[in-house]
Amino acid sequence: MGWRFARGARESGQLLVGAVIGLPAPFLLAMILLSVPASLVAGLGIVVFGVAGTLLRRLANVQRDRAAALLGRPIERPYADHPEGLLPRARAVVSDTATWRDLAWLVSQFGLGIAGLAAGLGLWLAAVECLTAPLLRALLPARTGFDPAVLEFTGRSTLLGWLLVPVGAGLALLAYRLPRHLLSGQARLAAALLRPTSAAQLSARVDRLTATRAAAVDASAAELRRIERDLHDGAQMRLVAVRMNIGMAQDVLDADPATARALMAEASASAGSALTELRDLVRGIHPPMLADRGLAGAAQALALSSSIPVELDLRLDRRLTAPVESAAYFVLAESMVNAIRHSGATLIQVAVADHGHFLSLAVHDNGRGGAHAGRGTGLRGIQRRLSAFDGSLRISSPTGGPTTLEMELPCAS
Amino acid sequence: MRVLIAEDQPLLRDGLTRMLTAYGFEVVVALDDGSQLTEALVEHRPDVSVIDVRLPPSFTDEGLRSVIAARTEVPGLPVLILSQYVEQLYARELLSDRAGGVGYLLKDRIGDVQQFIDALRQVAAGATVMDPEVVSQLLQQRSSLAVLTPRERDVLRLMAEGRSNAAIAADLTITEKSVSNHINALFAKLGLPPSADGHRRVLAVLAYLNQ
Repeated sequence: MGWRFARGARESGQLLVGAVIGLPAPFLLAMILLSVPASLVAGLGIVVFGVAGTLLRRLANVQRDRAAALLGRPIERPYADHPEGLLPRARAVVSDTATWRDLAWLVSQFGLGIAGLAAGLGLWLAAVECLTAPLLRALLPARTGFDPAVLEFTGRSTLLGWLLVPVGAGLALLAYRLPRHLLSGQARLAAALLRPTSAAQLSARVDRLTATRAAAVDASAAELRRIERDLHDGAQMRLVAVRMNIGMAQDVLDADPATARALMAEASASAGSALTELRDLVRGIHPPMLADRGLAGAAQALALSSSIPVELDLRLDRRLTAPVESAAYFVLAESMVNAIRHSGATLIQVAVADHGHFLSLAVHDNGRGGAHAGRGTGLRGIQRRLSAFDGSLRISSPTGGPTTLEMELPCAS
Repeated sequence: MRVLIAEDQPLLRDGLTRMLTAYGFEVVVALDDGSQLTEALVEHRPDVSVIDVRLPPSFTDEGLRSVIAARTEVPGLPVLILSQYVEQLYARELLSDRAGGVGYLLKDRIGDVQQFIDALRQVAAGATVMDPEVVSQLLQQRSSLAVLTPRERDVLRLMAEGRSNAAIAADLTITEKSVSNHINALFAKLGLPPSADGHRRVLAVLAYLNQ
């Protein structure tokens, strides 16, 4: 029984908070409406607008959190990042649809909040008066100058007074039930008005895509620089040495066959190292196994060459587009390298499943856990590769283990 | 000895042809494409073939697939596969018919002409020749080979690379007799009983490829 009272009291309290949140509405409305034309004339309006705008957003955010808690789903904040400086900032806030939607919400919250609180409290008051009507009649013997409303209504009839008791019980039930509906109504309204519009969502997505595209372009430019450097300092230099040795060997071939033989041996060794370097480089750019057999074959090859036993669960029987295949491969390879190097695991489980429009990849190890994206470049590299495709990474790695990486990679079917 | 070559790069194909001719092989066909490879292998039945894994038209593992297809029709057809890189998966697929007479080498190894020719002859004779890189990968990661002594592991490695007992003895500077002792010991440890089929060297390599 106790919790019911607690709940009723809490809901009434929430109605009160809702009303209080709505209260600044006329004030802020006036400030904003006055400050916009005023700022055309004098600078002061901008300051007023700035203050009013900030307060408005604070209130809207409080309501977003309350509504999110009540509805059990997050309500995203629609505000774009605004430029520095008072004037550009004010201009951006004025032109932001979110500002005006916030204001519309606050004005309606003003009315709804007060109405809700009045309904909530009024019902309780009426319920208490009805329930105690017979008692009131007995306790207030003579007609006073100020009778409770109920007694004004019933007169002083005993029968009617007793009849009011069940009505009071009904009112009490209503008063107990109604607040949660009022609150959820307020939350729904807030959710409708305060969440980003589809246009805002779209533009936020464009911003995010622009950022990830820039990151992807940067990453591939860095990769090209690395390849250029490796070729230039590695294989190219070795081949120059090979030519030099062969040239010298040609010169001394007749005069000093022993030296010529040594030079040729050196040339052969250099050529061998150049080949090894080129092979490693090729593998780093695009693993040949991936080209030959696709993601499934390349994952099998990864599992075979792992120094820890790997259990594979592959549910993929088509070739994906080359960029997706490559991203998925490197993400798997990196996850497995992490598990092998850092986790101290004795078993790795890898699951790849094709869901048509996205690919899910999971790498699980029974190691010591404690992995998070902030530490080490491996996980960040995975995140960057995935984000270029609008994919996602979820890390579960409590200290003491185990570690599970769950990744999703969108791919057209 | 009759040899078939399948290699799409003209420089390497001509080089191989010239080299093999110089060492007394007779090059019966030199293909630059994988589309007719299986038919050519089955039709000519060369004493040994040198085949690139990656061939046109698909430029993936055309060569390997053709060889596996041909060996199902002609079991034990001796084939040496060449590749720019070595993959255990491919080594395993090549050996899966357990017939022997296969080799899988990095293209780099052609540079060591004498050893390459030896490997080719070993394959023609029905032995199994794995690239040292495949073998060392396997030896590094397979803990079940811990039952072997270091010396036995050395012998197994050289055996997998296709060396004869004499060559292993020379390499490790021990007598041929102790080589065969080591081989018998490791056959016993890997659970390979003496049998008549004579492919125990192949089976020893398979034993850890398949572990």
